[in-house]
Parts: sequence; C-alpha cells; structure tokens
Amino acid sequence: MGNPALSFVAIELLTGLATAAVLFLVSCGLSLIFGVTRIVNFAHGSFYMLGAYIAYSLVSRAGGPVGFWGGLLLASAAVGLIGVAMEVFVLRRLYGGPELFPLLATFGVVLVVEDAVLAIWGPQDLLGPRAPGLKGAIEVFGHRFPSYELFLIALGVGVAGGLWLLVHRTRWGTLVRAATQDWEMVGALGVRQATLFTGVFFVGAFLAGLGGAVQLPLEAADHQMDLSIIIEAFVVVVVGGMGSIAGAFLASVIIGELQTFGILVFPKLTLVLIFVVMAVVLVIRPQGLLGRPQPEAGMNRAVEVGTGAGFQVPAVLLYTLCALVLAVPLVSGNYGRVVLTEVATLSLFAASLYFMMGPGGLVSFGHAAYFGLGAYGVALLVAKLGWGMAAALAAAGVLAGVGALVFGWFCVRLSGVYFAMLTLAFAQMVWAAAVQWDALTGGDNGVLGVWPAPWAGNKLVFCYLALGLCGGCVALLRRVLRAPFGYTLRAGRDSALRCDAIGIDVRRHQWLAFSLAGLFAGISGGLYALSKGGVFPTVMSVSRSIDAIVMVLLGGLETMAGSPVGAAVFTGLREQIGSLTDYWRAVVGAIIIALVIAFPRGIVGFIGARAARLAQGGR
Amino acid sequence: MSSTRVVSYAAVLALALAAGALPGQAAEPIRVGDINSYSVIPLYTGPYRNGWRMAVDEVNASGGVLGRKLEVVSYDDAAKPGEAVNRAQQLVSKDHVALISGTYLSNVGLAVSSFAKQNRVFFMAGEPLSDAITWEQGNRYTFRLRPNTYMQAAMLAREAAGLAARRWATVAPNYEYGQSAVRNFQKLLAVKRPGLKWVAEQWPQLGKIDAGATVEALAEGKPEAIYSALFASDLAKFVREGETRGLFARRAVLSLLTGEPEYLEPLKDEAPRGWIVTGYPWYAIKTPEHARFLKAYMAKFHEHPYMGSVVGYSTMMAVAATIRRAGSLDTDKLIKAAQGLRLTTPFGKVVFRAIDHQSTMGAYVGRIAVQDGKGVMADWHYADGADYLPSDAEVRKMRPAD
Repeated sequence: MGNPALSFVAIELLTGLATAAVLFLVSCGLSLIFGVTRIVNFAHGSFYMLGAYIAYSLVSRAGGPVGFWGGLLLASAAVGLIGVAMEVFVLRRLYGGPELFPLLATFGVVLVVEDAVLAIWGPQDLLGPRAPGLKGAIEVFGHRFPSYELFLIALGVGVAGGLWLLVHRTRWGTLVRAATQDWEMVGALGVRQATLFTGVFFVGAFLAGLGGAVQLPLEAADHQMDLSIIIEAFVVVVVGGMGSIAGAFLASVIIGELQTFGILVFPKLTLVLIFVVMAVVLVIRPQGLLGRPQPEAGMNRAVEVGTGAGFQVPAVLLYTLCALVLAVPLVSGNYGRVVLTEVATLSLFAASLYFMMGPGGLVSFGHAAYFGLGAYGVALLVAKLGWGMAAALAAAGVLAGVGALVFGWFCVRLSGVYFAMLTLAFAQMVWAAAVQWDALTGGDNGVLGVWPAPWAGNKLVFCYLALGLCGGCVALLRRVLRAPFGYTLRAGRDSALRCDAIGIDVRRHQWLAFSLAGLFAGISGGLYALSKGGVFPTVMSVSRSIDAIVMVLLGGLETMAGSPVGAAVFTGLREQIGSLTDYWRAVVGAIIIALVIAFPRGIVGFIGARAARLAQGGR
Repeated sequence: MSSTRVVSYAAVLALALAAGALPGQAAEPIRVGDINSYSVIPLYTGPYRNGWRMAVDEVNASGGVLGRKLEVVSYDDAAKPGEAVNRAQQLVSKDHVALISGTYLSNVGLAVSSFAKQNRVFFMAGEPLSDAITWEQGNRYTFRLRPNTYMQAAMLAREAAGLAARRWATVAPNYEYGQSAVRNFQKLLAVKRPGLKWVAEQWPQLGKIDAGATVEALAEGKPEAIYSALFASDLAKFVREGETRGLFARRAVLSLLTGEPEYLEPLKDEAPRGWIVTGYPWYAIKTPEHARFLKAYMAKFHEHPYMGSVVGYSTMMAVAATIRRAGSLDTDKLIKAAQGLRLTTPFGKVVFRAIDHQSTMGAYVGRIAVQDGKGVMADWHYADGADYLPSDAEVRKMRPAD
C-alpha cells in the first residue's frame, strides 16, 4: 500500500483488532455464563485481573519460553478453578431464589477479590516480561507493528473457532445450547444442572483469566483492571446478544475498532462513544446484533418474592421508630447529624429505586443517573446562577424527572436484563458528560461551594430538613403505591398479558413510574450535593447504582419500609468499617455475600417472616 | 436457617456498629486529622503514611509541640470526594482534631478545601497537584505543600526551550491535571520559542489508554518531540507500545512525574532512556537534609523512600511547625503562622507563600538512564519551586480575594 493515508488506516484497523481480541476473550465467557445460568457475573472482571496477577507470579518465577507460555496457561486454569469455587460455594446456594441475588453475590466477590489482590501482591503495578520470541515488531504497510499483537489477533480468532466447535460439535456444547434456550427443560430431561453450570463457569473464568494473562506483555497488572474491563465486556455482550458467541465476536470487533478510530475523531469524547453504540443497538434491536429474542423471563422473576401477602410494618412500631430517629440529632454531635443526613438522603434514593424495582418490576442498573442529574442541577443552579436552595431543589427534581421521562421512554420498551443494560448505558452517558464536559461540570474536579442557605447551614437544622423532606417524599411514594396507580403497576409486573387484555397500558404506567422514581432520586441527589458542599462525577458512577440495588435488597423487596432500613444499615456499615480497617471492601463484600445467602428476603422481609411465624404459633 | 446462625450474624453486625461508636478519650495530645486514599491508591499512600508516621515519632521524641504530644487520627477516603467530606466532618466534630492534612486526588483535595472554608478549619493539603487548590479556588484556610502542575510543567518547558525540535505532540490524561499540564507547557514554551507547531494531541481517559492507537495517532503527526503527562499504568502501556512501534526513536520525549520511583520502578530495565522527566532520585541526592532523612527512613521501614514518603513526612513536619509557630490551636492563628512559614524538608528549604499559600517545594529534573537493570534519573538537578511560580500580579488575578 503506497498511499500513506491508507496505510495509516490499515495499521489502525490491525491495532483495533488486537484490542478486540482481548475484549472477546473476556466477553465470550461472560456471554456463555449469562446464556446458560442467567447470571450477570460482575466478578468476570476480577477473573481477568486475577489472570494477570497469577500469570505475573508464575512467569516471573519460571523463565524461558516454556515457563512463559506454560505460566499463562497455568494461570488461566487457576482462574478457571477460582470460577468453579465461586459457583460451588456461593452461587449454587442461590439458584432457587431471586435472579438478582447471584448478581449481588458476584458483586460481593468483586470487592473481596480487590482486597485479596492488594493483600497478596501489594500496591505496586507489576510489569511482567515481554513474550519470548514476540518482543519485536514487523513491518506492515510501512509501519512497525508489534508481533505480539498479531499473535493476539490470531489467538482471538483461534479461541472463537475452538469455542464454536466446542459448543456446536460436542455433547457438552449441545447441552449448553439447550440450557441457553430453556434450562428448566434441560433439567427436567435429567441433565444435572449443577455439573453443567460448574463446567460453564470453568470455561468462562478460564477465558477471562486467559484474557488477563495475555495482557501481561502489554501492560502492568494493576488494581483497576477489573473495573476497567467489566463494563466494556458488558457492552460487548449486550451489543452482540446475550449468550451468542458469534455476537460477542462481532461486537468485540466493533467496539475495538470504535475505540481505536474514536480517539482520532473525538480525542476527548472516548468515554461516551461505546455507550451510545450500546444504547442505539438496544433501542433498534433489543436482543443484540446476533442474539435471539428472549422468552419473557428476564429479571422480572427477581421480584416475585415480593408478590405475596406482603409484610405490613405495624403502625405503632413505625411511629416509635420515626420518633426515635427524630430524637437522634438532638443528642448526637455534628458528625452523627451528618451521617443521619446521609442516611436520610440515601433512604429516599433507595426508596425511589424500590418504587420501580419492587412493585414496578423494573430493575435499573443506572438509577444513579437521576441522583446525579439532581445533584448537578442543584450544584450548578446554586453555585453558578446563585439560586436559592429551595428553588434549586425543586428544579433539580424536575430536571431529573425530565431526564427520566426521556430515557424512560426508550427503557420501558425493553424488559429484564436488556432494560437494566439500557438504563446502565444512559447512566454512563450522563456520567461521561459530567466527566468530559469540563466547561459546564468542572470535569473530575466537580462543582464546589454548594452549601445550604445560611438559615439551614447549621448541621442540626439541615439534618431535620433532610429528614423532613426525605420522610415526606418516601411517604408520598408509599401513598402512590397504595393508589390505583400503584396496584396497576403491580398488576403489570405480575402479568403484562392479562393487563393488556383488560385494556391497561402497562408500558405507560411503567414509563410514569420510571419518571417519578427519577424525580425523587433527583431530589435526594440535590440534598446530597448540598450536604457535601459540592458534586463530583462519582455521585453517578456505576458503583452508586449498585449501592442503591444493594440497599433495596438489604431491606427486602416486600415492603417500602425495607429501603430506608437497607440504606441505614449499608451506610452504617460503611462508616464503621471504613474507620476500622483499610480492608473495608473485603468486609463489605463478605457481608453482602453472607446476607444474600442467609437473608434472601432482606432484613425487613426476614423480620416480617419471623413475626408472621410467631403470630401463627401463638394462635 | 438455624437460629444460632442468625444470632451469630446479628452479633457480628452489632459488634461492627458498636466498635466505631465508642466515645473518644480525653484530648490530652494535640490531635491532627489525616485523610487519604489509603485503600484505593495504596501505591502512593502507603509510603505517605510511613512518611508522616516517621515525622510524628520524631516530633514526639523531641518533646512534642507546645509541650504536648502530637497524635494523628487517620481515615481512608476511598478516593471519593463525598466520602472525604464525611471523614473531615468526623475528624472535626467527633475526634476534635486541631486541623486536617492529607489527600491525594485533586478532586478530593478540592472537596476538603471547600469543607475547610465552610467550616473554618485549617487544611494542609500534601499531594494534590491541582493548580486550583491554591489559585482559582484557593481560600484562606488551605495550604499546599507539593509543587503544582503548573510549576512542574514550567520546569519541563524550560528544558524544552533548549531543544531544537519545532514540531511537538502532546499526550495527557483527560482531566484537570493533564489539561493543565499541557496548556501551561504550551503557553510557557510558546513564549520562549515562538513559532512552534503543535502537530498532534491525545487525551486518553485516565487508566484506560488504548496505547497502540494512541501511539499511531501521535506518530501520524510526524512530531520531532513529544510531551507526556501520563503516569502509572497508562505510562507503562504507552512506553511498551511506543518502544515496539518505534515512536521514540530519534525523538525527544519530556514527561511529567516519570522519574518518581512510584512510576519509574515498575518499568525496570524498560525505563525509557533519554526521556527528560521530573521526579525524585532518592539514590543520588547527597544533601545533608536528605541523607539524614534517607538513613532514618531506611532504618525504620527497611525500604527506600518514595515520593509519597517525602510528601507525608514534610506535610506532617509543616503541620508541627505551624502549630509551634502559632503557639495555639486557634484556626486564625494557625493560618497566620503558616503564611510565610519556613521549613527544612528532605528536598531543602521551602517557604509557604503568604500570597497564595503555595509552598516553594521543588522537584528534581533529569534524564532517564538504565543502571543494573533499573531505571534511574541521571544528569539531574533540583529545580527550586520558587523559580517557577507565576508573578504576584498573575496570582492575584487568578486567586479570589479572601
């Protein structure tokens, strides 16, 4: 190729393919695991990171080509076994229960692995050796192209081919494909699901570990690897179609090339690009490029636990509890007031998510977007335009509500995991805007100087303000759930078909619920900004959306009262453990895992069930 | 589930909740609050903690300050500004600290600085490099030890002015630190060398560099020299891809922070020879201040000091000196004492300027070489921060009046 412009494009294409190859190794395992077990495995990024770290240890001990390549394979196998351990010891206990719990457990595993890696390998970035025999570059179209990256491209294609043969030409593969379509039927036909699932986890974790291990000659193993790959891997899986190996391959290539060429065209907007692609694909072709439309199982099953009679918190108990909470700021110091303010704020945030997640059956992975819209709304209005606190708070609610109205219109057209992923895509777009739109949002440094109006500047006053506002909003949400609207919403969750038959527009109800939830999340976000004196992109990071889900599930999906309890316990744990040890992530992760195994109905649900059993025994 | 299991879970929960709720002891020693990202950025904050621990021990061994011992209450901020504000509140109203010090990330530093202003607390920022902390968003309660991004970019701009290169490319992480590093470098170099051409720029997201594509995009601009503000994992990836693809051949490269042991050590024998960098050559500095620090540090922790160690040590020494000079724990007196405070750090003498509360601590500038399979800084010199600050008039224009 003599044309320099053309040869540049060609070399960029190759570079993009090398990125795509690693992306494929990680995401095909994720897709396989999801397809068969329906588990959204957050720990897949941790497998990737473990692959790199274990490979580093093995390779730096054993030298030579045999030591190097053997080390990579051994590390991948070790990660495969870790995946098996996770399936056997944690996830297997959760298969009967709500579909969201395994997801939460895998999130707990992410936290534990992060601290385990820190404890075992220390804080330093670990740069491994280069691949023996593939250290140099070869001349391609007049450019020097690393030979190792050519090897990666070949590896990606090889694994794709091998996996295709495994899935389409072996008995095990036939079972996997059958389970992907209907695992209950596969079980009914006498196939041992547990063994099948364990095998799938081994293959998936092995491939993720391999993906991490082969990164070693390219980059240092570091502690952020898990989170930096997992979101991209999710995007690939969703764009390609859940459970589709070919889809993951195609999507990896698209995302890999998009990133490579994206930085040429929009050097500063790289973050948002892949989420735009994901959103567009989900809106136009919800099942992904090569995915099959899914039967109406999805995540909605997650909430069936909450459809029973439901546990009613006795009124006396409720009022006593409220009175107790209201008395706390009088006796606690300023720090206690600040923590209580945070609990109140997050209670409203969690309750607004519960509103759509419980009765609405809409599990959002991106609820932090509306929290963030509210927070940024208040911050910009107060700090830049000098608005009053009350007006800014109201405007923040409206802003978040409008945001939810727009995004929700697209989201409610999908269901289950696809719904969750589209909410995530929108949340990531809003987050990317906050990070990269410096002129408006201040980028990473955020907006500062957002303190409450002077009359509310006192911590005691502001604490009561937060308690009153959040308590009022939660009560309002509860009232809405008991109105015909709430019952209709619940009906739509339990049987969309019957609702359609009697002339209820389920989608419109869901859309409205989504928007209301966004509005109240916005108010809580606004309060949060005022209590912290500023906003930063972290207020709407993925981890905040996950925190909200954890809070709701901690409290339990059976009653609204659960969410504030979940928020209080979650915040309390973080505050206490955070000041006790640097390894708070591992402790929080272990507690999450313990809770989903031991208290599958959440704290309030658990207490309710106990109370009900006691009452029966007394009769 | 058996009820014993439930009880044991509940007990663990209750214990965890109760442990932190115990009341603090009577405030006999002077308490200093410390906040840093110990759990998320251990690479830097571990040595930082060692540094201030050593300073506290030294201060207390020589009789403490104002006749009382110094005691540090230290919390982790999880690298989140919101979390840091809670910790700051906890330090002030629960632990009753006299002042707050620490922080690593710029946004965390800015959040705590805003908290300090709102709550009228003295804040000594150690590491965060953001220019805004002492300039655009500076306030009377906040002081900062390390040379900021502007100062370090100015040091490299002075080196760059001596090069023949006319076509320049830049690569920096896309957030305030990287943007300031590039903008100020371009501005200062343009004054010294008019008519330069900026032929390519890349802005990878921090921690997410697509190294191959970035290298190709820079090479496509056919630059004669490259200026980088990358660090940590982005740097390692960029160095490997750039070497393999021949980006650095016959090109001058200037790179911020690359000479700091935190970032240079992981590169081992692949440290990019000839790069002009800012950093900390602990192995070669022979001044008496540093020799004493080095010996004491190695004896105490059995490892060599990192950049973080120096910053942690000097931050706590600055805190002690401020309290000593103020003769009181009153915030206004502390501020007065810190303005114009002179301090001897392992890097030499520094002054906290009254005009913007920025210290004149400098950095070492040199060329990377490889010795015994390790990257080191060679031909280095100490660049005193005082020589790289903008004029007082410019500072007054940037910094809001108190």
